[in-house]
Amino acid sequence: MTLSYDDVVAKYEPVLGLEVHVELNTNSKMFCGCSTVFGAEPNTQTCPVCLALPGALPVVNEKAIESTIKIGLALNCSIAPFSRFARKNYFYPDMPKNFQISQYDEPICVDGYVDVEIETDEGPKKFRVEVERVHMEEDTGKSLHVGGATGRIHGAEYSLLDYNRAGIPLVEIVTKIVPGTGKYAPEVAKAYVAELRDILRALGVSDVKMEQGSLRCDANVSLRLIGAEKLGTRSETKNVNSLRSVERAVRGEMIRHAELLNAGGRVVQETRHFQEDTGLTRSGRSKEQAEDYRYFPEPDLVPVAPDAAWIEELRATLPERPSIRRKRLQEVWAVPDKEMSAMINADVLDIVEATVLLGSDPTKARSWWLGEISRIANDKNIAIANLAITPQDVAEIVALVNAGELTDKLARQVVEGVIAGEGQPADVVAKRGIKVVNDDGALMAAIEKVCAEQTETAEKVRNGHLPAAGALIGAVMKETKGQADAARVRELLLGHLGQATS
Amino acid sequence: MDCYWKWADSQLGLNLIRLKPMSSLSRDDVAKLAGLARIEMSEEELVNLSQEFTVILDAVARVQEVAGADVEPTSHPLPLRNVFRADVVVPSLTPEEALSGAPAQEEQRFRVPQILGEE
Amino acid sequence: MAAKLVAGETTSVALTQAHLDRIAAVDTDVHAFLYVDTEGALAQATAVDAKRAKGEKLSPLAGVPLALKDVMAQKGVPTTCGSKILEGWRPPYDSTVVANLKKNDIVILGKTNMDEFAMGSSTENSAYGPTHNPWDLSRIPGGSGGGSSAALAAFEAPLAIGTDTGGSIRQPAAVTGTVGVKPTYGGVSRFGLVAFSSSLDQAGPCARTVLDTALLHEAIAGHDPKDATSINAPVPQVVAAAKSGDVKGMKIGVVKELNGDGYQPGVRARFEESLELLAKAGAEIVEVSAPNFEYALAAYYLIAPSECSSNLARFDAMRYGLRVGDIDGASAESVMNLTREVGFGKEVKRRIILGTYALSSGYYDAYYGSAQKVRTLITQDFIKAFEKADVLVSPTCPTTAFKIGEKANDPLAMYLNDIATIPVNMAGIGGMSLPSGLADEDGLPVGFQIMSPVMKDERMYSVGAALEAALLTQWGAPLLDKAPIMGGAR
Repeated sequence: MTLSYDDVVAKYEPVLGLEVHVELNTNSKMFCGCSTVFGAEPNTQTCPVCLALPGALPVVNEKAIESTIKIGLALNCSIAPFSRFARKNYFYPDMPKNFQISQYDEPICVDGYVDVEIETDEGPKKFRVEVERVHMEEDTGKSLHVGGATGRIHGAEYSLLDYNRAGIPLVEIVTKIVPGTGKYAPEVAKAYVAELRDILRALGVSDVKMEQGSLRCDANVSLRLIGAEKLGTRSETKNVNSLRSVERAVRGEMIRHAELLNAGGRVVQETRHFQEDTGLTRSGRSKEQAEDYRYFPEPDLVPVAPDAAWIEELRATLPERPSIRRKRLQEVWAVPDKEMSAMINADVLDIVEATVLLGSDPTKARSWWLGEISRIANDKNIAIANLAITPQDVAEIVALVNAGELTDKLARQVVEGVIAGEGQPADVVAKRGIKVVNDDGALMAAIEKVCAEQTETAEKVRNGHLPAAGALIGAVMKETKGQADAARVRELLLGHLGQATS
Repeated sequence: MDCYWKWADSQLGLNLIRLKPMSSLSRDDVAKLAGLARIEMSEEELVNLSQEFTVILDAVARVQEVAGADVEPTSHPLPLRNVFRADVVVPSLTPEEALSGAPAQEEQRFRVPQILGEE
Repeated sequence: MAAKLVAGETTSVALTQAHLDRIAAVDTDVHAFLYVDTEGALAQATAVDAKRAKGEKLSPLAGVPLALKDVMAQKGVPTTCGSKILEGWRPPYDSTVVANLKKNDIVILGKTNMDEFAMGSSTENSAYGPTHNPWDLSRIPGGSGGGSSAALAAFEAPLAIGTDTGGSIRQPAAVTGTVGVKPTYGGVSRFGLVAFSSSLDQAGPCARTVLDTALLHEAIAGHDPKDATSINAPVPQVVAAAKSGDVKGMKIGVVKELNGDGYQPGVRARFEESLELLAKAGAEIVEVSAPNFEYALAAYYLIAPSECSSNLARFDAMRYGLRVGDIDGASAESVMNLTREVGFGKEVKRRIILGTYALSSGYYDAYYGSAQKVRTLITQDFIKAFEKADVLVSPTCPTTAFKIGEKANDPLAMYLNDIATIPVNMAGIGGMSLPSGLADEDGLPVGFQIMSPVMKDERMYSVGAALEAALLTQWGAPLLDKAPIMGGAR
C-alpha cells in the first residue's frame, strides 16, 4: 500500500543533504592544457596527463582556482588561507589514474550559506541552507556501454571509453545537513539547487545546464520520527537531471523510506538512481561497506595559499546577487509578487529581462513569455529556453504591435511561425502575407458585403441588439482573412448600422 | 622470523628494538588489501605476504616512537606554493597517438571488457 | 670525448658506432641494456655531425652518447620500467629530461635495465633478468639503476641518466666504481619520469668522472612548467664547481649515525682515507649527529610504498600495457586483477600491498602519517647539521657488491642497503657518490657519499672534484682501469 505524502510528513521529519557538482567553463582542463569544448570527436582532446600515461604530471589551472574562490565568496564561505589537493583512490575505467585528484580535509572554501524562499501554506518562508564546503576535483571520461538492451551498464557486453571529458574541472558544493524543512523538504531542495544555479550563472563560471550534465545534483535523504534526536539512515540519489527531478526525487525517497520504516524494515545506506519516467529510485551500489579511498595529500601538486589581496580582487568582480537582482527588477517593473513568482518558477526571468533590455515594455514582454509562448512550450513539452524564439524576436513582435502593424491575434500567428522555424518575425510576416488591414475603405467594403449577406443579423443590430454584432464581426474577420483589427471593425460596423460605438 | 633479526643485528649492530609483534596481517587481511589493490593473488602469495608483513610491519612501526603530536607531517620537501598554469589551450595528442598503446579499440575509443561495478 | 668532437678529431657517428660495437661485444654478459636504439642513435649522431659541419654553435656535450634508464619516457622507443606490464609500450611523448638531452644534441644509445619500477637495490627485480657488475659478473651492479651504472663501468656509454628515490643512483655508482648524483628535489623535471614515489623521485646524471657528471647535470636540470614540483630558479653552477675543486676552508661533517659496526671494514677504511685526503686539501673535518636518521629506513618503507600503491594504480590493462584474461565473459575487473597479478613482480606487489595498508582508514595515522612526521624530524636534523658543516659525508652504502641471489629472498636485508642514502631523499637535499677505492677484502669498489643542502648542489661537486683529484694522484690512474677488461679493448 502506497503511503500518501501527507501520511509521511505527519509521522516523520526529513533531513536533507545536497551535493552539487558544477562543471567549470574554463578553456582548458583542470590539470592540463587540453580543450574542454563539448561535443568533439572521441579522444581528440587528450594528452599524457589526462590519459594518465606513465610519467605524466598535473599542473593546476589558475582560472579554475579563481572560479572556485568566486563561487565560495558568492556562497558566503570563508576562503581557506591554505588548502591542499588529495588523492581519492579507487579503480574505475573512466578514471585514468585510478585515483581522482580532489580535496579532502583541506578544501578551498568552507562554512557558507544560501538563503532560499519557498511558498508555504502560511505564505512565503525563508530557509537558510548551510554550506559545509566547496572544493575542486576533476571529471571522469565517458563510457558507452555496448551490447546491452538499454545502452546502460547492466547487461552490456563491453564498453567504449572516450577521455575528452576526463580532467575537466569540477567544483563540488556540499551542504551541511538540512533539518527543519518538514513537509517542504522537496521544495527547499529544488529552491536551493535553483538558487545555486542562478548564482553560478550570474558568476559566469559554468553554463549550468542540468540536462547536459554541467550541473549535477545528488540528494541525500533520511527520515526520523518527529521530535526524535537521532538521525535516520540516509540514502543517496544520483542521476537527478532537472530541477523538477530534484523535487520528485526527494519526495519519492521520503515516501519510500516511510513505507520501509512503517513496515518495520530498515533503510539501507546505499546509492540509488533516479528514474525520470517513474519518479522512483532504483537501487545501485550498496554503501554499507564504503570503499576505503585511502586519501593522502597529492605529492605532485603544491598547496594553494591565496593571499588576502587576491581574494579581495576576486570579490570585487562578483556580480549582483540574484536575489537582489530579482528585488530590483520587481520594483522597477512594478510586478506583483504572484506574477514575480510565476516568472521565477517558469524560469523566464532572464529571458524577460533580455526582452525588456531590447526595448519592450516589461508588462508586454511578460505577458508574451508567460502567456502564449509558455502555452506553446507546454504543449510541445519543451522548455521555453529550447524553443526557437528569442528575446530579440519577441521584442520585434511587440514593437510591430505597438506600431499598429500587427494585432495581438496576428502577432500570435507570427510567434507560431517563428517557433516553427519559418524565420525571424519579418520573414514570417512576409512569407505568410500577414498584414493588418488598416484601410477603412477596405474594411467598409467587407462590412457592407457581410451586412448584405446577413441581412437578418444586420437588422437585429440596427434594432439595438448589439450582441448579434459578434457574428457579423466574425464574418468580416473571415472576409479579411483575420487581418483586420477586430476593434476597428466593430467600430465601423456599429457606426454603419447606426449604433453608437462606445 | 627471528633469524632475520639476528642477521640484521649482526650486519649492522643497530639496536633494532624487537617489539612483540603488535601488528600483523592475517592471510584474510592481505586478501582484502589485494582486493583493494586489484591484484589477484594466489593462495601461496597471500600466506607468504602475511608472514613477511609481520616482520616488515614491526620494522616500520618504529616511526611511531618519535612521531609525536607536536611534529608537523611533511608532504612536500620544498616549501612551494601556488604553482599554476594559465587557462590556455595547448595542442592535444592526436587520437592515433592517444590510442597507440590501447590493448583494444573501436570507433576511436578504448575498448574495455564489461564493467561490473556501478558508476 | 666532447673535446675530440669539437676538435674534429672524431665524429659523433664514429663515437656512437664505437659504443654500439662495445655494447654488442659485452652486453650479453653485462646485460645493462634492455633496448639498444641502433637506428635512432645513429640518426641522432648523423644530425649532430651535420650541424657541427654547418658551424652551428653546439652545447658542450653535443654528439656524446648516453644510456637512459628505462624509467624515462622517450617518444617512440620502448619504455618498460623493467616490468612485464609495460612490455612493448612506446610512449607518444618525450619526458622533459629526454627533451633536454635532445636539445643538447646528446645521442641516446638505448634504455638500461633497472629494478622493476625502480623498486630495489640490486636490479635483480627486473622482469627481464638482472644486470651483472662489470667488476665481477656474478655480482649485482646495485639498484634500482644498475643498468646505467654498469653501462658506464663497462665502457658501453660515457654518460648515463638514472633516477634516485632512496639511493638508486648513488648505491649503484658506489658498487660499480662510477659517479652518480641525485640533485636537490625539484632540480630536474619529473615530467615523463614514470613515478614510483612522487615526493622522493629525482632523475640525475651519472658518468665516470665528476666533471662529466657536472656537464650532464647542467644539460638536464632546470625549471619545467609541466612539473609543479620543479624549482623555479637558475641551474646551480656545478660545472664551475667541478672545475675548481676547491675545498679550502670548507667544513665537512661526518655523520655519526651513518657509519659503525654494520659497515664492511673495507668500506670504512676507504672512507677514513678519503677524509684524510680532503683534510690535506684544506677542508676541516667535523663530526655531526643526526639522531633521527635511525628512523629514516622505516619511514621510507612506509612513504614510498604508499605513494607507489597509488602511482601504479594506472596500470590496469585498459589504456596501455599488458592485458591478459580478456576472454569471453571476462569482466574489466577480472582482467585488471589478473593482468596486475601477472604483470607485476614480487617486490612491486609487496610494496603495493604494504602501501595500501599504510594508507587505509584506521591505519593512516599510525603508519603513513607517522612516517611523514619522521620526515620532518630528519629534515630538521639536516638543517641543524648544515649549520655546523658545508657538506655532510658518509660511506654510500654499508657493503660492496654482493652476489646475485644472495639477498633476493630477504626483503629487509635488501632494504638495509639504502640505509645511508635514504635520509637524503627524505629531506629533498642533494647527494653524490663517487669512487673512493677498492675494499681490501674483496677488491670491489667502494663509494664515498657527499650531501649538500637544498639548492646548493655545487658544493657536492667542489668536494667531489677535490677528492677525485687527490685519489687520482694516489692511484696514478682512474679506478676503472682496474676493472676486468671485457670483450677486447675498450
